[in-house]
Amino acid sequence: MKIEIRDLHFSYPTGVEALQGITLTIESGEQVAIVGQNGAGKTTLVKHLNALLLPTSGEVRIGGWDTKSQSVAKLARRVGYVFQNPDEQLFSKNVEAEVAFGPNNLKLDKEQVQRLVEDALTMTELSDKRETNPYDLSPTWRKMVALASVISMDTDIVVFDEPTTGQDAMSIARIANVIKTLRQRGKTVITITHDIDFCAENFERVIALSQGKVLLDGKTNDVLGQDEILATTYVDPPQLTRLGKRLGFKNTVRNQEEFLTVLKKEKSTYLS
Amino acid sequence: MAVVNLHNIIYKYPLTNTPVLKNINLQVEDGEFVAIVGPNGAGKSTLCYTIAGFVPHFFKGEMTGTVEVLGIESQNSSLHEWVLNVGLAFQNPFNQISGAKYTVFEEIAFGLENIGIPRDEMISRVEEAMKLTGISDLADRSPYSLSGGQQQRVALTSILVMQPKVLVLDEPTSQMDPIGTREVFVAIHKMAEQGMTVIMVEHKVEWIAHFVDRVIALKDGQVILEGTPDEVLTSSLLEESGFGISRYTSVARKAQQMGLWHSDSLPITLEEAVDGFSKVVAK
Repeated sequence: MKIEIRDLHFSYPTGVEALQGITLTIESGEQVAIVGQNGAGKTTLVKHLNALLLPTSGEVRIGGWDTKSQSVAKLARRVGYVFQNPDEQLFSKNVEAEVAFGPNNLKLDKEQVQRLVEDALTMTELSDKRETNPYDLSPTWRKMVALASVISMDTDIVVFDEPTTGQDAMSIARIANVIKTLRQRGKTVITITHDIDFCAENFERVIALSQGKVLLDGKTNDVLGQDEILATTYVDPPQLTRLGKRLGFKNTVRNQEEFLTVLKKEKSTYLS
Repeated sequence: MAVVNLHNIIYKYPLTNTPVLKNINLQVEDGEFVAIVGPNGAGKSTLCYTIAGFVPHFFKGEMTGTVEVLGIESQNSSLHEWVLNVGLAFQNPFNQISGAKYTVFEEIAFGLENIGIPRDEMISRVEEAMKLTGISDLADRSPYSLSGGQQQRVALTSILVMQPKVLVLDEPTSQMDPIGTREVFVAIHKMAEQGMTVIMVEHKVEWIAHFVDRVIALKDGQVILEGTPDEVLTSSLLEESGFGISRYTSVARKAQQMGLWHSDSLPITLEEAVDGFSKVVAK
C-alpha cells in the first residue's frame, strides 16, 4: 500500500505552521525511520497518515485514498498508529481485551479476532500477561501493550511514535524483533525515533525533518553519514558511525558488524 | 557530608506481596551528581519516589528502614515540608503538568506560588530557569500544545525553579533529541557544580560517562554495582542484567576477542574509543 504525500502544509489553530511543504512517497513494504529535533513536525506528519490531522493544503494519499475524503475509522483499516505515550490509548480492564478492541471494531468474526490477538500477544511477548490490567504493568510493558493493540488490527501500514523511549536494552531488542517480523510479512513500518543507534540498526531508509521540512531522505548510510546537515536538526550520527569517521574510515559504517569488517581490513593493510 | 542517607530500605507497594526495594543502603554527598542505572523493573523509579518522599507518604504501602535528607527523616516529615528540600521530575512529563495553567510561564511558576514566593522574585526565578533549560521562547505557549521533548523540558524547569537542595530526575531526557539531551546534561551538571545534589535515573550511557561522579546499578530491587562511571558502565555484570551498555564498549569487547583491541580497559565514550582503536589502525 503506497503512501503519497504532496506539498503538505499544516498549521495548528494557534498559527504555528508545523509542516511547510512536505513531498514524499513511501512504497509498500518499506521500513522508514523519521528523525529530527523536538518540534520538527514528526508527530504532526504521521498524524496525517490516518487523518487524525488533515492538510491545511496539499494532499496525503494512502493506497490511492485521499485522506480528506475518508473517515478516520475507515483509514484505521489501512494505517495503525501507536502513540508516543501509551497512557493515551489504553483503557481496557485487561491486556487481552485491550488487544482485542481494535479487531473487534473492524467487525471481524470471532475466530479471526482470536487469531490476531494471539499473534500480537506472541509477537510482543505478552502472552503470560493477558489477564493483567494494563495499568498494573510497568511503563515498559504498557508500551508493548500499546504496540500489540495496534498490531492486532493487521493493517498494511504501521506507525510507531518513539517506541524505544525509556526502554532498556532487552526491551529495545524486543521492539526490534517486532519490526523485523512486520518487515518479513511485507508491512510498511514508519517509526519516529530519537534513538539514532536503533534507527541505524533497524531501518533501510531515513527521513530527517527540520522545522516542518524534509532535510534529508535516502538510504540509511547515506543520510547518517551527513553529520553537518544532521546537526542542524539536532541529530548526532550513530555512535559507531562517528567512531568510524574519527578513525578515518572511507565508508560510512552504522553497526557493529560493518565497523568490525572495516577495522579488520584497515588493520591488515597496516600489517602488510 | 552525606545529604541523602538511605538505610536498609525495604518497600512493598499496597496490595503486593514482593518488595520492590530489597534492603537498599545509599549515601549521596553534598553536591554529588549520581546516576542510577539498571534494567526496566529494577526499582529505579520507586527509589526516586522514596528519596522524594512519595514513598510512603503518597503511595502508602509498607516501608521499613530510614530515609534521611539533610538530617531529617522522611517518616517524621510531611510531604509538603519534604518538597522544599527535594524536587522530583517524573519519568512521564504528561503526568507532571498541572493542568491548571494556560501558559508555560504560569506552569513553571505554579510551585513557587504554592510556597508563597513574592511576585517579583517569582518572575525573575521563572525567567532565569527557562533560560537555563533553553525554553524562553515557549513562555506563552500552552503546556499541552508542546511536543513530548518540549513538555519534558517544561516539567524539568518547573522543578529546577524551586531550587531544591536535592534534585531527583527520573529519565529527564527520554523524549529529547540528542542535542537537547546534551544541553540538559550540561544544565544539570552546572546546577551540581553550584552545589545542588543530583540523583538521576538514565539509560543514555554515553552522557552518564561524560558528566556524573558516581554510578549505582540496580537490579531486582538491590544495588548490584557502585563506583565511577568507568568501573560500572563497562562491567559485564551490568550488560548481563539486561541494561544496555555503550556501543563503544560492546564493539571494543568484540574487537578484543578478535585481537583488535589492545588495552585492558574498555571504552565508554567516543574519545576513549578513538584513542584505543587508533592504536590498532595506526598509519
